[in-house]
Amino acid sequence: MTAPLKKPKRKNPILRTRLPVPPPSARSRVALGMLWGAAQGRLELQVCRDCATVQYPPREVCRRCLSDRLDWKPQSGEGELVAETLIRHSLELYFRERAPWRAGLVRLPGDVTVVAHVHADVPRPAARVRVRAHLDRAGQAVLVALPEKDTPNMADDRIMREMTCDPKFRKVLVTDGKTAVGQALVKALVAAGAEPVWVGNAEPWKNFPGFEEITKIPQVSLLSLDVTDQRSVREIAGEIAGRVDIVINNCEVHRTYGISQRYGTDAARAEMDVNYFGLLRLAQEFGPALRARGADGTNSAVAWVNLLSIYALSNYPPHGTFSASKAAAHSLAQCLRAEMRPTGVRVVNVYPGPIDDEWNQLLLPPKIAPAALANAIVGALKSGVEDVYPGDIAQDWLARWRDNPKALEVEAANP
Amino acid sequence: MSATLMQLASELAGGRIRVVDLTQTLSPDFPTITLPPEMGQAWPFRIEEISRYDDRGPASYWNNVSFSEHTGTHFDAPIHWISGRDLPNNAVDTIPPEHFVGPAAVIDCSAESKADPDFLLSVDFVKKWEAKHSKIAPRAWVLMRTDWSKHIDPVAYQNFDETGQHTPGPDPEVVQFLVKERDVIGFGTETIGTDAGQAFHLNPPYPCHYYMHGAGRYGLQCLTNLDQLPAQGAVIFAAPLKIKRGSGSPLRVLALVPAGAK
Amino acid sequence: MTRKRQGYDDIVVTAPVTIPYARFSIRGAHWWIGRALGTLVKDSGIAKDAIDGFCVSSFTLAPDTAIGLSEHLGLTTRWLDFVPLGGNCGVVGLRRAARAVQSGDANVVACVAGDTNHVDSFRQGTANFSRFARDAAYPIGAGGPNASFAYLTDYYMRVYGAEPADFGKMCVAQRENALKTPHALFKKPLTLEEYLASRMISDPIRLFDCVMPCAGAEGFLVMRREVAEEHGLKYSRVLATIERHNAFKGDPVQFRGGWVLDRDELYGQAGVTPADIDFVQTYDDYPVINMLQFEDLGFCAKGEAPAFVRANTLTYNGSFPFNTSGGQLSVGQAGAAGGMLGLVETIRQLTGQTLGGKVPNARLGLVCGFGMINYDRGLSTGAAILAAA
Repeated sequence: MTAPLKKPKRKNPILRTRLPVPPPSARSRVALGMLWGAAQGRLELQVCRDCATVQYPPREVCRRCLSDRLDWKPQSGEGELVAETLIRHSLELYFRERAPWRAGLVRLPGDVTVVAHVHADVPRPAARVRVRAHLDRAGQAVLVALPEKDTPNMADDRIMREMTCDPKFRKVLVTDGKTAVGQALVKALVAAGAEPVWVGNAEPWKNFPGFEEITKIPQVSLLSLDVTDQRSVREIAGEIAGRVDIVINNCEVHRTYGISQRYGTDAARAEMDVNYFGLLRLAQEFGPALRARGADGTNSAVAWVNLLSIYALSNYPPHGTFSASKAAAHSLAQCLRAEMRPTGVRVVNVYPGPIDDEWNQLLLPPKIAPAALANAIVGALKSGVEDVYPGDIAQDWLARWRDNPKALEVEAANP
Repeated sequence: MSATLMQLASELAGGRIRVVDLTQTLSPDFPTITLPPEMGQAWPFRIEEISRYDDRGPASYWNNVSFSEHTGTHFDAPIHWISGRDLPNNAVDTIPPEHFVGPAAVIDCSAESKADPDFLLSVDFVKKWEAKHSKIAPRAWVLMRTDWSKHIDPVAYQNFDETGQHTPGPDPEVVQFLVKERDVIGFGTETIGTDAGQAFHLNPPYPCHYYMHGAGRYGLQCLTNLDQLPAQGAVIFAAPLKIKRGSGSPLRVLALVPAGAK
Repeated sequence: MTRKRQGYDDIVVTAPVTIPYARFSIRGAHWWIGRALGTLVKDSGIAKDAIDGFCVSSFTLAPDTAIGLSEHLGLTTRWLDFVPLGGNCGVVGLRRAARAVQSGDANVVACVAGDTNHVDSFRQGTANFSRFARDAAYPIGAGGPNASFAYLTDYYMRVYGAEPADFGKMCVAQRENALKTPHALFKKPLTLEEYLASRMISDPIRLFDCVMPCAGAEGFLVMRREVAEEHGLKYSRVLATIERHNAFKGDPVQFRGGWVLDRDELYGQAGVTPADIDFVQTYDDYPVINMLQFEDLGFCAKGEAPAFVRANTLTYNGSFPFNTSGGQLSVGQAGAAGGMLGLVETIRQLTGQTLGGKVPNARLGLVCGFGMINYDRGLSTGAAILAAA
């Protein structure tokens, strides 16, 4: 049984920090097909449309009938561990540093044998397991065999700490702690075991309802962080970036204008200055320290969360300039993900539909409650996913976008 | 040659006339007026390096800055308010430059403002002040000294609660009095606006803007060091940037005072 | 109805050559292969220009294959092949060369397998071994073949009850054989106690279950008997051969190899039974695969190899001589040359040109090939039965 994770001791300041090295990251293009599902927390394997044969490893044509009509489909992952090993000597630095490492062969439905990481709580073969697709520290999809049923402290297993961005015992920065979402995030993070939680408090003279309560939480530390002010970001980063394990950038300006409803660029500029340039400033100032600490022990730097919007994928014209600013942030977040990739820090992009707040007042439900969004974000950190589409609208828009983006363009313009 | 000017130069050089800087430093930390979120917002002061003796420019240090016309210590021109929009020479580039130099009457309301952040300057208060310090001269600046600039913490400076901002300013009657009965050139404050924090609820709303600019007069706000000026006798220079059809601008406000006056 | 396969008439193998192994080498694979070809020429007395067929195997020849090597070595041929089958390259190379000579497409074929070994060669080769390995096996622990064979060993131990001491007995016997082999990289004797006490590499694989990757080359010549006699060369006759690839693809874990499907034909073609075989050279990376070969080539039933091992002495002069020069486990694995090591040793035993221990009255030898863990199982299997002249 996995022992519960102990709160790590303070870092010894005279020792050199272990630098991040990634696990093997080369994949063929077709193997990257597993990444779409894994990034959202789903196990998907190829299934032949013509003869229904399940394929693994990923391939170009069906291993039975040679058809090229292979579709990635969700799998149950319920299988049997048939053989295992404990790798004590690995060829790669990543596993060498983390030896010994448990791995095994699992037989899955559809008559496929998969090579998987094996959780410590899985019994010796033959044993029933649940196989999940997780992202490893190279950001690639890998298979992990978990015990058939959840075990106590399951998330504290060494392999799971490497696959996930669990906030337990980690130090988190929430860039805007004042909005309803920000406040809900702070509470959810504290409940998940994060400490300290630095909370950005730009424009301190603006007091939002509920914020007073947040300032009283013992794990919370207020910062006068203003993401529109380069000097502010630089100073705050200078003070704390070396300690931050998770950055949650939830600063946003949201107005409800397209192009013709509001003359001038000031509202759109305010949106861009926070939603896009704010991310750029934060990434420039906090990025280097996080990257250097990607392998720094139990509470390593592990994640950068961006609160985007489902409208980043396809513009919602009534909130057109807001959508555009989120699209810009989405693109930049992809750039950030590429820059963070070699160091194992996961960039988690969150694409909610309309949040149940004052700017979406006129939209009919379903809207995602701030607390639900906060829980989705903390849940994403715990499960190690990197693309999050929380709530009904987000899921609906995502499905429509994947199915036919041109149709969504029309549907978004005529809600 | 003007003997007065020569004497001025010589007294300045000799330190017998002091220059007092009435200007707050322009920095990103200094608060800017906050309007309801649906309104257009004035940009706070922001500064980003172009280069700093580095690969972006090895030999130089310089910055790009951004701000609104009404950020930091700034000047309001009549065109800034609806009541002054049609007046001649009402923008910063068309105001006659001789209007930028003038005497200042500094009215000390610091004790009253300390006791009550919503303190409103009244005709009565001005008349009592004039009894001690003599009548306000025509074309003088009236500066309302509240010592509000000593609130370094932006939260205290803005002083918001759920009902809005609470900072001192003039009541509607005194503004009209200063314009009609005293022919002042403009009104200056240490707070974020020439009007009181709760002036939206006065009649008319924002009476200082309404009546001053409506009469082609000017405003100065976010001043500091008014406590170093004598009640009468200082001469101030307040020349805004020459922005084409500009409604105002941050500026350097300087006061000449006799040394030893305070 | 399947056509009966053609026999091997008078096809013989001669001139067993080994270029002594080195743990690391700064030279390229071209040097090792070139030296093997040079030694084949010198030992056989057949001029290089008379060698008109060339079959090459190597993992470290890139960016060259056989054709680049032809120009590098100044070799003009009318038959050329590159056999990228790792541990099965000896048997398969022999099969290709034999048919070429038999049909008249070539007169004398040189079969050579050789590899260099730089400090990072093994990791580089393993990380990029195959698309499936790179996509779906290597990222899980980067254990390389140690991990891959550990899965097979773990499964076999669980299902068939093999004990560590059973594997150890084979390793100890092979080490005893190797002590007589001059170019073996392992020089010290090995006891069962030492084997059992050795550290785990990838449980249940221990240190002494693992080969030592190194640089080296192995080679031989294939020709008609009359050509061998013309040059006064000692030869061994090819009686039968088989090969099979990607057999039993539905098996969840590999516990048998393609030999099962073709062994009856192998013995049938040779006109012998397993009992007639005087020695066996198995592909021994790792010991568990020896057990699969004992079973799948008919020496015992499936799952009976542990009992078979316990019941026999396995040294070159024992009741069941196998890997008589020490096998890869004690001699070293020089990349693809590991796939020819057994065949070259078979030729030595059958022509009386042994470097080390001699199997008494060796008339018939069986050599097996196994290789290419593309993902989770060795895909390529083969075997050949050779006879003394």
